[in-house]
Amino acid sequence: MGRTIDALQIRHEIGGIGAIWYREWKVFLREKSRIVASAVNPILWLLVFGGGLGRSVSIPGTDYQAFIYPGILAQAVLFSSIFFGVYIVWDRKIDFLKEVLVAPISRTSVFIGKVVGGATDSVVQSVILLVLGVVLSRFGMIPGLHPTVTGFGAALLILALTTASLVSVGLILGAWMESPEGFQLVSSFLLFPTFFFSGALFPLDRLPSWLAPLVRLDPLTYSVDALRHVILGTAHFALGLDLAVMVGFTVVVIAVGSVAFQRMKV
Amino acid sequence: MAIIEIDHLTKRFDDIVAVDDLTLEIADGEFFGLLGPNGAGKSTTLLMLTTLVRPTSGTARVNGFDLVRQAGQVRRSIGIVFQDPSSDDTLTGYENLKLHGMLYGMPPALREQRIVEVLELVDLTNRKDSIVKHYSGGMRRRLELARGLMHRPKVLFLDEPTLGLDPQSRDHIWAYVERLVREENITVVLTTHYMEEADRLCSRLAIIDHGKIVALDSPANLKLVLGGDVVSLGVGKGEPNLDAVKALGFVDKIERRNGIVQLTVRDARDRLPQILQAIGEVKSIEVRPASLDDVFMHYTGREMRESSAEGGWAERSMHYRSATR
Ligand SMILES: Nc1ncnc2c1ncn2[C@@H]1O[C@H](COP(=O)(O)OP(=O)(O)O)[C@@H](O)[C@H]1O
Ligand SMILES: [Mg+2]
Repeated sequence: MGRTIDALQIRHEIGGIGAIWYREWKVFLREKSRIVASAVNPILWLLVFGGGLGRSVSIPGTDYQAFIYPGILAQAVLFSSIFFGVYIVWDRKIDFLKEVLVAPISRTSVFIGKVVGGATDSVVQSVILLVLGVVLSRFGMIPGLHPTVTGFGAALLILALTTASLVSVGLILGAWMESPEGFQLVSSFLLFPTFFFSGALFPLDRLPSWLAPLVRLDPLTYSVDALRHVILGTAHFALGLDLAVMVGFTVVVIAVGSVAFQRMKV
Repeated sequence: MAIIEIDHLTKRFDDIVAVDDLTLEIADGEFFGLLGPNGAGKSTTLLMLTTLVRPTSGTARVNGFDLVRQAGQVRRSIGIVFQDPSSDDTLTGYENLKLHGMLYGMPPALREQRIVEVLELVDLTNRKDSIVKHYSGGMRRRLELARGLMHRPKVLFLDEPTLGLDPQSRDHIWAYVERLVREENITVVLTTHYMEEADRLCSRLAIIDHGKIVALDSPANLKLVLGGDVVSLGVGKGEPNLDAVKALGFVDKIERRNGIVQLTVRDARDRLPQILQAIGEVKSIEVRPASLDDVFMHYTGREMRESSAEGGWAERSMHYRSATR
């Protein structure tokens, strides 16, 4: 008897996660401008910043533009994932959040549904950026980048894991902040250091001694490094270390996020 | 049989007591009203009964389940229409209902069937594929009403269902609520600060002020407490003979303010000649049955209209729409 009830409850929880995901997906599809915008900025970074600086900077073994391509992918996912957290603040501003929280599913499921919803958005964005990477390199606009199916496929998996953790961070922030303005403020304090310290724009060898520990503390560093492994075939840390840190970080933030949702006020 | 048993329920926010030691039973099948001015603690009571806000002390059982210890089962037993808009205005009406059905674990076939039924009930069938952003306030309210009913709850909570709506939409909502009570056969708990609403819909009501129940009965009995009719006599700056009116013996209550003398009288129409004779010269006469407003005044010494500010629902929905998601 107990077992059948548990099975039913688990089915309901999975259905609830699906419901939250359904809503986020519908909203995402309805805001096409968001999808376009999410691809434009990274391409500008890659072509303008990378192309402009690439003439005067040389990275051993590859061109600068190809070198920052993995970092730009990580950056795009960083920004869209964290910003996804602001939607929970909007949901709370009207009573939509109450409608979700009064439903007979656990708050952990609400959190997981949100993570899956936000991660889906970032994965779509990643696919667009990976395809653009292939197209642009065909036209010789990213010298030094040689896309392979396995490399880019692995990159997508790494980006999916990265966004799962970063969406969780954004949601933790969203569960905690009461106004969208507050969210913007706090998230920008979080975003820029995370981006700059991740080594998205520079190699990790020969760092000044004050910078090296900060880079190692930044969780995004390991995503960028793993992406370099699979896209460029060369990186700083061992791929195993990168993946272990990423998985560990994801587990921690999902646990923290689930607690943050339990405590969240309506 | 009581479907809701509220037992010394209390909620404190910092220094204010929003709900103060509330004890109350609501029977299965009742249409129960919580009537009180803004800030009386109506919404807080509903949020506690729907497990969204944790009581400071006390508890309640809904459909036999304890609010705190069996929150999941309580949530499975209830539906609610919140005071502020709670549908996603980037989705269509249909999508909002589908989302709801998924959240409540309804099997797809049943879900689709219920969506058709409840859309029909609130007359939104032909607008189901419009995005909610393009709905009027009244339509959005009806959609949320349909949604609250969709999973066939045992108890439906309605938090100020007509707040911020124009009189015509308000009338529509009342008609829908009456219809659904007839057709769906459920217990309804409604909060409002509109007397007409409480009077028209509720079989029993609690008048609450500052988080406490000040009166509890059917609207008709509550009004009987006042002894019938209210007679307002315009006397201007004149000198009405109030002692003579008092001496008549059948006037329950006499009040004078702003040039108006207000009397509470049983069978006022028959007794009006005697009253007019006693009081002396008057400039205007108005006789009406006692309203719940008079009842509220009787118990609290204040007028409900004075202590209720409008706004809220419509205002906040405007605010949300102007912001981009
Ligand atoms: N989250 C909250 N924090 C602090 N005070 C609150 C909160 N919610 C409600 N209150 C206060 O509790 C009292 C009752 O509010 P509420 O239940 O919304 O009244 P009503 O619905 O009858 O208008 C009000 O004084 C209100 O300001
Ligand atoms: Mg209220």
